[in-house]
Amino acid sequence: MTDQRGTTRADDTALIERLRAGDELAFEELVEQYHASLIRLAGMYASDSRVAEEVVQETWIAVLRGLDKFEGRSSLKTWIFSILVNRAKTYARREGRYSNQKSLEEETADAGDSGVSPDRFVGPGGDPDWVGHWDVFPASWDEAPEAKLDSKELRRVIQQAIDALPETQREVISLRDINHFSAEEVCNILNITETNQRVLLHRARARVRRALEQYLVE
Amino acid sequence: MAETLTCQELIELVTDYLEGALPSPERRRFEDHLKGCTGCARYLAQIRQTIEIVGELREEAIGDEAKSELLSVFRDWKSGALAKE
Repeated sequence: MTDQRGTTRADDTALIERLRAGDELAFEELVEQYHASLIRLAGMYASDSRVAEEVVQETWIAVLRGLDKFEGRSSLKTWIFSILVNRAKTYARREGRYSNQKSLEEETADAGDSGVSPDRFVGPGGDPDWVGHWDVFPASWDEAPEAKLDSKELRRVIQQAIDALPETQREVISLRDINHFSAEEVCNILNITETNQRVLLHRARARVRRALEQYLVE
Repeated sequence: MAETLTCQELIELVTDYLEGALPSPERRRFEDHLKGCTGCARYLAQIRQTIEIVGELREEAIGDEAKSELLSVFRDWKSGALAKE
């Protein structure tokens, strides 16, 4: 089994053995690899950074306590992130900040929002041969100033676009495209179906593309 | 379903296409459309670029303080001083 970053289960097995044996360097490697990603992800659910840090700290403690029972049915990374997501949601629910199933249904039902305005296409009143085709092509990004593509501003634009997404879309795009989990792993971590995963990812990417378009060419 | 896809239909299938979730007849229609359509080819390229740019959001490295705190948690766990839940 290989995820997109090329970590194999065999690597996991060796690392887990070192951790179980109390190898501090192994834990340091793990923490260096995932802590910042966990903080970012926790930050999506938490009301402030102090709560996010607390959730991540608890996650690491749960990882250590659970090591002996970890059976390797998922990758180590998936297991750690699942613990994080579950804890973060529990915290958020306690604060009344996470609405769970309701929002998932609402968001998958919300079919209209593709991130491309319908008036970019030839409407029913237009040339019948071209209805549903581009009226105006998406503007090319090739002429965007180089400085715009390689800047702090670009990061800010993307972060803002992701922050503005409905929560389940934000979860899916963060796990898939920032943390590079596979579709299957995301379904396991968030406990959603493959179809929902794709719908949510689709909306999220379309909206972030739209934000990029606005930033790069408008 | 119509024989050919409209652009508006195609952009809604982009993620299914990238995820390898399109059945092969639909996949063929998708690719046929792309060949002849600058707008859709550009849209797909921009979605790919979006994925790439989002994927480059770099994480901050863990701070020294947080790291040493976690390492001391690890030592507690190792010595059995970390209370059971």
